[in-house]
Amino acid sequence: MIDERTARRLARRHAAERRFKLYGMASVAVALAFLVALLVTIVGKGYTAFAQTGIAVEVSFDAGPVKEGDFAGLVKSALAARFPEVTARNDKRELFGLISSGADRVLRDMVQDDPGLIGQRRVVTLLASDDVDMVFKGHVTAESGRLTARQAEWLASLRQTGAVSLGFNTTFFTAGDSREPELAGVGGAVVGSLFAMVVTLCLAFPLGVSTAVYLEEFAPKNRWTELIEVNINNLAAVPSIVFGLLGLALFLNFLNMPRSAPLVGGLVLTLMSLPVIIIASRAALKAVPPSIREAARGLGASRLQVVTHHVLPLAMPGILTGTIIATAHAIGETAPLLMIGMVAFIVDIPAGFLDPATVLPVQVYLWADSPERAFVERTSAAIMILLAFLAVMNLLAIVLRKKFERRW
Amino acid sequence: MQLIALVATLLLLSAVGFHLGRRRAAARSAAADRRPHSLPVYYGSYVALWSGLPALVVLLGWLAFEPLVVRSLVVDSLPLVARELPPERLGLLMNDVRNLAAGVVTSRDVDPEMAAAAETYLRLKRLGAVAVAVLSLAAAIGGLGLALRRVRPDLRARNAVERLVERLLIGASTIAIFTTVGIVLSLLFESIRFFNAVPIHHFLFGLEWSPQTAIRSDQVGSSGAFGAVPLFAGTFLISLIAMAVAMPVGLLSAIYMAEYAPRRMRAIIKPLLEVLAGIPTVVYGFFAALTVAPFLRDAGTMLGLGVSSESALAAGVVMGIMIIPYVSSIADDVITAVPRSLREASLGLGATRSETIRQVVVPAALPGIVGGLLLAVSRAIGETMIVVMAAGMAANLTANPFETVTTVTVQIVTLLVGDQEFDSPKTLAAFALGLVLFLVTLALNVAALQVVKRFREQYD
Amino acid sequence: MNVASKPALDQATLDDRRLAKVSARDVDVFYGAKQALKSVSIDIRPNEVTALIGPSGCGKSTFLRCLNRMNDLIESCRVAGSIWLDGEDIYTSGLDPVQLRARVGMVFQKPNPFPKTIYDNVAYGPRIHGLARSRAELDEIVMTSLEKAGLIDEVKDRLQEQGTGLSGGQQQRLCIARAIAVSPEVILMDEPCSALDPIATAKVEELIDELRQRFTIVIVTHSMQQAARVSQRTGFFHLGELVECGETEQIFTNPRHKLTQGYITGRFG
Repeated sequence: MIDERTARRLARRHAAERRFKLYGMASVAVALAFLVALLVTIVGKGYTAFAQTGIAVEVSFDAGPVKEGDFAGLVKSALAARFPEVTARNDKRELFGLISSGADRVLRDMVQDDPGLIGQRRVVTLLASDDVDMVFKGHVTAESGRLTARQAEWLASLRQTGAVSLGFNTTFFTAGDSREPELAGVGGAVVGSLFAMVVTLCLAFPLGVSTAVYLEEFAPKNRWTELIEVNINNLAAVPSIVFGLLGLALFLNFLNMPRSAPLVGGLVLTLMSLPVIIIASRAALKAVPPSIREAARGLGASRLQVVTHHVLPLAMPGILTGTIIATAHAIGETAPLLMIGMVAFIVDIPAGFLDPATVLPVQVYLWADSPERAFVERTSAAIMILLAFLAVMNLLAIVLRKKFERRW
Repeated sequence: MQLIALVATLLLLSAVGFHLGRRRAAARSAAADRRPHSLPVYYGSYVALWSGLPALVVLLGWLAFEPLVVRSLVVDSLPLVARELPPERLGLLMNDVRNLAAGVVTSRDVDPEMAAAAETYLRLKRLGAVAVAVLSLAAAIGGLGLALRRVRPDLRARNAVERLVERLLIGASTIAIFTTVGIVLSLLFESIRFFNAVPIHHFLFGLEWSPQTAIRSDQVGSSGAFGAVPLFAGTFLISLIAMAVAMPVGLLSAIYMAEYAPRRMRAIIKPLLEVLAGIPTVVYGFFAALTVAPFLRDAGTMLGLGVSSESALAAGVVMGIMIIPYVSSIADDVITAVPRSLREASLGLGATRSETIRQVVVPAALPGIVGGLLLAVSRAIGETMIVVMAAGMAANLTANPFETVTTVTVQIVTLLVGDQEFDSPKTLAAFALGLVLFLVTLALNVAALQVVKRFREQYD
Repeated sequence: MNVASKPALDQATLDDRRLAKVSARDVDVFYGAKQALKSVSIDIRPNEVTALIGPSGCGKSTFLRCLNRMNDLIESCRVAGSIWLDGEDIYTSGLDPVQLRARVGMVFQKPNPFPKTIYDNVAYGPRIHGLARSRAELDEIVMTSLEKAGLIDEVKDRLQEQGTGLSGGQQQRLCIARAIAVSPEVILMDEPCSALDPIATAKVEELIDELRQRFTIVIVTHSMQQAARVSQRTGFFHLGELVECGETEQIFTNPRHKLTQGYITGRFG
């Protein structure tokens, strides 16, 4: 039926078909492999940051140092008591290096909570320094890490008595930035991100929806509205760093607003996400069939009434979905915020819109630059928190869309 | 926090206005025994808007211009010597004054003049706060009273409110224009100042970029060190690598998803690919610097290649990963927009699927695909964090992907982050780079949108 | 009403199905859970035009697309029963649908020329099947196909222009030329004139009549006049069943089934 030449040709064509399909599958696999590699790296490096090494030592709350507020002294004498053989001044300094320089805070808090402790002895788990933390978690060996030989010896002896343990790392969630990895946390950055997000949402949502409503429902089709449209489409594709330059020139240099403030960050992110929200809102408005508008107009509703009573409520799920996704994107944005000085080293947790602050992605950037091994872990953990936050927002958007999506 | 109290008061006044307006409309129409023109809600909204909007305008005006006004007043109060300082020194001085007023320790010893200036600053601040509160409240109450007097049954409240709302909508829609104008003006303004110091052709065609040395030896003239060609070349190289990764992977996955994948698989994989687009760029940067760059360096060492630990390759590859979903989603859109009838025509002639895709579908979708690729290139050029974290600072003019190169965006960040000297060519250069970046990406976007638009019209 | 009252169908099938060009027996088609065709049996005789008529949604297009396995392309579609082409089952697993479609060509409802030149449109099929060994042979195939499709005089000076630039009727004849160029044995036409104006329709119908000399043609149409004009045999479909099949003249002058009668006299449709 089929001659040989045709048969051979067919076989060749089918082989080409299979090859082509394979290329497609391989591409998808490569893209997904990248995703998996990225997530595995981040999680693999970061999950240990949620635990923190502590060293249990017996602290005697002597009245003298407590009165003077010298809780660091308590820590030191507790350590000295644990290793009485260490006497030389330099050796002692090395010994104290096992414990974080911020470990005394926990003692102060204990005394504040219960003044009756004064004069008593208690076993307290003190925050270990980041070098000890890294060794104990096994990220570095005692030799390759930054511990001295003697410090490693002391640590081994502590481990033998079971004094070294891992506990949940609350500091990481509550504290602001710090030069000491074990004292650094994302609390300040998260609060800064929230402030910036509030500003962005409060401005970008009403402005974006208003613009979309005007362009979709009111605007005459003329040069001016066309100009606005072209403008919006182009703004949506302008690199984010250019918005940062705009923020620097306009808000900081021209209007003299404070550097590093979440308010300014929010304003820049507003300008950046506005076009995206407008485009999404317009798409949602467009999806409402014209028959609904005509029906309402036919009953004598004014244009505004048509919009507020019928079109907007129907388009709202789509608009909200777009807004949430745009805001999520803004939350993960780093580059424009570097331009307006949100990259400063800020220890305090911001209390207002004008306080110097940083945001989560910028915190990631700052930590990623730090040489300490412990910051690698914390950077990854901060990324995990950021990604979890974005995932929640996107899930919210998906749920919203699934629940209220309407097909006309 | 006083501001919040003020805003709350204004809102409350508006609410009161709404209520009063409604009541008065009802009362007056009952007294005149005629139906009001509009629903009571509109009379309420009318009064509320007239009470709220003027106050809001006053408040926003103050918020925007208060720092400017206070600053110039404080500068005027300074002794003449200080007033004649060069602008950047004056800026530092003002910073000190502000810090002093805020109770923060300043960098220099506090002299009496500074203390006086800080005093003036504080006084003006307080005065301004009181003034704006009084002014905006007056505006709110005045507006409320005036509007309330106009509430009569024959007032066309609905029309008035709707006119006002439409104006507000128009106002909102102009923000996009103002943003663009703002970008252009701020970039242009600073760039012109930069080009006064560094001739434009040196910037555009110069082969050497070292802004740091230029600052140190500013006597010699900074002209030779602001040649941006290495930056353009570096940007181009990294974008090229990124596209070399993203284009084949993105296009082939889009084709596979659109033409081969069963529906259920598509429903799972498409959102997963979109996750790649949702990951913040700083995460990619971290990934590139922490994992990919060392991996490539070690692989290079094994193969006997000298791969720098901040190689263009690492940044480019990771940027390519980031861009994959942009390419694939646009390509997917345009491929599915190719009418089914064309596919059936080809398949009906006995073409295999891949023949149909390569010879009919892709050529038909080509304009759309090209548009999508242009958008992706524009994104690669403007991408900042990945290159800041994974590419280097050294402005090498090289085409070797294993070496370190730097990009336009990296230099913008480097020049503007950290201690800045205002108005030095170094700072201004960032704006000139920003202007180039803006213009190039704008051109790419306009071209891409045009191409895609024309493609859409073809099959609508 | 029981549609499948068999007496009306005695002419649908031949005693020896190997004599038919295309022979279908008990063909069922399901889209997911929905049954689109119910036990259709029909024999298509060689070098005849067979028209399939019926109200929209009756399954006539579905049946047509079974004949060159175009339904394979729809994920949820399932075909049962047997269809033979020249005595060979086209649904056996060993048969290559690509090769089948080269033998059973198709012309669609809306003219769908590729966005390529007129020449490339016609040359597409011969190229993928490797029918020409040289450029001259390919030229030859293209010219004869255009000639057979009656388009040659209108396009011979503009072979390098876009096929989409032709008028609707010309586009459809281009699509027919494209189908002919692969030299198929059967040509399936799915309402080929529904998007054309009356003059273009007349030209295409004329063409169909000429093509009958060389090809076996199955045409789906919603126009009974067209079926009467171009076909030798007609099958009437209703709700997924083949109700009646016979010589066209007999179907239109003396339908044996009440449903057929109702449809051709315009009582429903």
